[in-house]
Amino acid sequence: IKHFQTTITCNYPSIFIYGHRASGKSHVMHVLLKELELPHATVSCVECVSVALLFEQVLLSFFGCDAASLLPRSASLSDFVRIYRQQCSQSPAKQTRYIVMEKAELLRDTDANLLPALLRLQELVEDNVTIILLSEIVWDKFRPNTGCFEPLLLHFPDYSKGELHTILSQDRHPSYSDEFYSSYINILLGVFYSVCRDLRELRHLAALNFSKFCEPLEEGKVKETDTHKLWRNIEPHLKKAMQTVYLREVSSVQWEQMQQTEEKENGALRGLSAHTHVELPYYSKFLLIAAYLASYNPARTDKRFFLKHHGKIRKTNFLKKNEKTSNHLLGPKPFPLDRLLAIFYSVVDSRVAPTASIFSQISSLVTLQLLTQVSHDDQLDAPKYKCAVSMDFICAISRTVNFEIVKYLYDFL
Amino acid sequence: MSTSSVSKGCFVFKPSAKKKKTLSLADHFIHGCEGAENSEKRFKLCQDLWDQIKTDTEVLQDELNRNILDSLLDFTRKCSSTRQHSDWASQMRASEIPTAALVLGVNVPDHDMTFQSLSDLLQQSVTPYVASVQAKDNGCTLKHLIKRVLERLMGTVVTVDDEEEEEAEQTSAQHHKSVHCSLSTLCDWYNTKTKKSNTGTPGKKRSSPVRDGPQQPPVVIIFKDLEAFNPRVLQDFILICSRYIERLPLMFIFGIATSPSTIQHLLPHSVSSLLCIELFQSLSCTQHLATVIDKLILTKQFPFKLNGKVMQVLISIFLYHDFSVRKFIKGIQLALLEHFHSQPLSVLCCKKKEALLNVMQLDHLDLERIRHLLSFKRYVEKQEPREQVDLLTDDTHLKEVCQKLIKDLHKYHKNYYPILRCLHTLTSSLPRYPLGKQIRELHLICLEKNVWESEDYQSAMKLLKMLAKDELIALLQRCAEILQPAKSKKIKSALVQLEDMLTKFKQLDTAEPPPTVEDSITSPLKHLQKKTDLAQLQKTLLEMNESRRAKKLSPFEVLRNEALEFIDSLVKSHLSPPESQVLNEVCYYTSSATVRRHLNATPRTSIQAALNSPFYYLQTEDGTVSNAAPDICIVYKLHLECGRLITFTTGWNLFSSARFIRAVSELEFLGFIKSTKQKTDHVARLTWGGC
Repeated sequence: IKHFQTTITCNYPSIFIYGHRASGKSHVMHVLLKELELPHATVSCVECVSVALLFEQVLLSFFGCDAASLLPRSASLSDFVRIYRQQCSQSPAKQTRYIVMEKAELLRDTDANLLPALLRLQELVEDNVTIILLSEIVWDKFRPNTGCFEPLLLHFPDYSKGELHTILSQDRHPSYSDEFYSSYINILLGVFYSVCRDLRELRHLAALNFSKFCEPLEEGKVKETDTHKLWRNIEPHLKKAMQTVYLREVSSVQWEQMQQTEEKENGALRGLSAHTHVELPYYSKFLLIAAYLASYNPARTDKRFFLKHHGKIRKTNFLKKNEKTSNHLLGPKPFPLDRLLAIFYSVVDSRVAPTASIFSQISSLVTLQLLTQVSHDDQLDAPKYKCAVSMDFICAISRTVNFEIVKYLYDFL
Repeated sequence: MSTSSVSKGCFVFKPSAKKKKTLSLADHFIHGCEGAENSEKRFKLCQDLWDQIKTDTEVLQDELNRNILDSLLDFTRKCSSTRQHSDWASQMRASEIPTAALVLGVNVPDHDMTFQSLSDLLQQSVTPYVASVQAKDNGCTLKHLIKRVLERLMGTVVTVDDEEEEEAEQTSAQHHKSVHCSLSTLCDWYNTKTKKSNTGTPGKKRSSPVRDGPQQPPVVIIFKDLEAFNPRVLQDFILICSRYIERLPLMFIFGIATSPSTIQHLLPHSVSSLLCIELFQSLSCTQHLATVIDKLILTKQFPFKLNGKVMQVLISIFLYHDFSVRKFIKGIQLALLEHFHSQPLSVLCCKKKEALLNVMQLDHLDLERIRHLLSFKRYVEKQEPREQVDLLTDDTHLKEVCQKLIKDLHKYHKNYYPILRCLHTLTSSLPRYPLGKQIRELHLICLEKNVWESEDYQSAMKLLKMLAKDELIALLQRCAEILQPAKSKKIKSALVQLEDMLTKFKQLDTAEPPPTVEDSITSPLKHLQKKTDLAQLQKTLLEMNESRRAKKLSPFEVLRNEALEFIDSLVKSHLSPPESQVLNEVCYYTSSATVRRHLNATPRTSIQAALNSPFYYLQTEDGTVSNAAPDICIVYKLHLECGRLITFTTGWNLFSSARFIRAVSELEFLGFIKSTKQKTDHVARLTWGGC
């Protein structure tokens, strides 16, 4: 950080800082700029849905809302530069101004000229200004084709175990002692450090499981210093937490509730992913089955599956060399609407009239994201779809309508 | 499918209560309706009935949703209160956005009502700041979504408070500049709002529950259809929101149609870890339908009935196509309207007293219509010759008989539904459900034919004869409970008999120790349990039963047979299909084809119908293909006569070339032919035979 302070004072036009998530980039920047009382503007690029919004926020924090309101309705980069220079001449800077941009990787998706221009903003506005970009990815992925000013690169390395420990120990519970909490963190890191190094996640876990950790203490069974016993007590819980909470399948509130009622009903709570059952109308199920078949079977094989007298064509006969790999490994393939309907009619056992509601079911399956439309929306003629459900899902669906899907899948022949 | 049905369609979907509109609706109804004399009366009846059905279903829906809505409200309250707590655990969690995932099932059209009542309830009791967004109305960019949310939030408050209207307008004017369209604007706005309500000069107050409630009411954003949102947009939106969570008490409600795991598909871990998700499961739509049928159809309350086929159509549309209860009710509405529109005698389809009055007011023409009813003809044939003549000639006599018949019909309905429920309770728990699991299935069977003649009924009865004592007693007890509220004489006497039998069963218990035969049943039963084949089990059990019957019957068995025979007689006397009732045409709507045509549109058939007989749609005088027909129809006719490949040459001779080419390309657009590469001036035919 010391090193950082020195670089920041030697007004370099742009600085690029990268490091993994939760490695303290924005925090350090924030604290530093606050401490040194430097004029700065912090902008998150996610929030700026348009470039104009970005400019506006910068102007707002440097020169107040008068300047911001000067921006025209859809401001361009040149508008921004113009107003900035204008304002700048009115209130010349005594110190370097800083613009901090979080999640800078999103700048790549904006106009091609924005990023190079920002990097040279110092020259453009003729003011003592520094752009600081914060990102999770390295600079090599940013560099535009046309070439641009190379910013000063800084890397924030991941925290080590010891550092994590210090940081986590900082937000201790007010009613417990420092040592006690730090020993708790020690145990926690012992369990989770091998799988997770994300500070945010670890903090979350620490917060969740602390009450359980304290339980024997409150019951008066052990003293604060008796770490070994406490460890014996908490370890199974942490192991369990590793399975469920880490993926946020169970929300934190539910987790706490479960800890309270745990003794009574063990494992009654299921995670989000356990609820995969979907109720669908009868024909929608068959449409989905047909879509699945169309996605995972090569079109040539339709004849063999859906014609009554397909003759004795064996699998080997139409195995081409490149098709040795399983279709399920390759993922779903797009298919036209015609094929979907043809398979649908041969799969459904009763005669179905091609009514409007059948077609509307297809589109509602698309909205439910069980199918995805591959072709462009504008293409009215022969739209193409892909089936977006998993094998397990389709098996469950076909079981409810007594349809043996495995018999119809080319991969399982 | 004529234009008149189109106008009816408008009527069906917009039952507006406005006076002016009603007038025109009535005109629509009366215009072109069968038997115009009493059409106004019929229209009134129809509308009253529909209003009643509508309010009833709304009440029903509210009741059904109550549970889930209440728990959601609790959730929001809890969230807003924990926010203000400053204990350690909730501080650590403060960065999470509380989220309720509401799983509603795939019948998306039904959800609107649920969300509407949800946001109403929220606004009433928890927070004035509720915004609900739908995927389809905010395009697919983040900007639109934010804009929409801001509009909804700020807009809703404008209507609440007059004093603040100006200011809110100003802010909205500002963000209409679309420069200010960010959450920080919302944040500032929220702060000024809450500050104002906190300092609370008495002149400016919002609805009182808010003032009593938490100091910082949460801002609730409802995503009606989570699946339809662009995942990218959603992620960004949540990221932005989480930046503001410290300043703005945000809360989400996700409406999920498929399953909760879609949240994980939509949002990566980095985003979903910002949420604190709690799951709420709503009632499944099949249960919902069952309740609606139970309350709406299986009741004598509404004189209007559907016959078996219409019911079948409506239920199959529900089960096979859309799972939408709303559409089901719309179907009933359509049937109701059609019934009153097309059946002049539907004037008698109302409450008993009113119907009796209406009978007296029937004119000669209507009485003639009664004489032509199929059920009435059958009735006449059964009478003595003298009576027959009277019925067919004497109008006053006919009116009296009609009154009696209408009374009979109402009695039939009074008895039908309790007995139906009884039979359902008895049979719904039998293995393999011979008479259906749901009461609607049983109802359908009963509507179609004499239920006691069906094989399923016989097997159900056989299974009932094998029930153990405690099971049978429990079932009979439940039957007695069902019969309890009924008022008709026959049901009352049946109830007395049933209770009589129940006491006998119980006396059996006290009078003697359980018969030894039971032991001998149970032991082979145990032995039988090893065999998994149900049919075989049943067969052996039947054999056992018969062999036992050959022996002396125990008193329990005697009583059991007696009870079942009693049930059987009840079924036989009350569950005859409505077609057997005289004057059933008055109450029962029969045209399933119309309902199907209107609710389950078939675009292909209508196109073909239009091409075959354009006059039907163009409403000119009838005729076959003539010069007056549109070109495309003629080309269509021509193409029907051809084989797989069609050459252009036939057409060239008949038409001017431009018109012909246009017609051909129209036909190609409709998908009947396509150009082929096999021969240059040929097209291939794509459809064969009927639809």
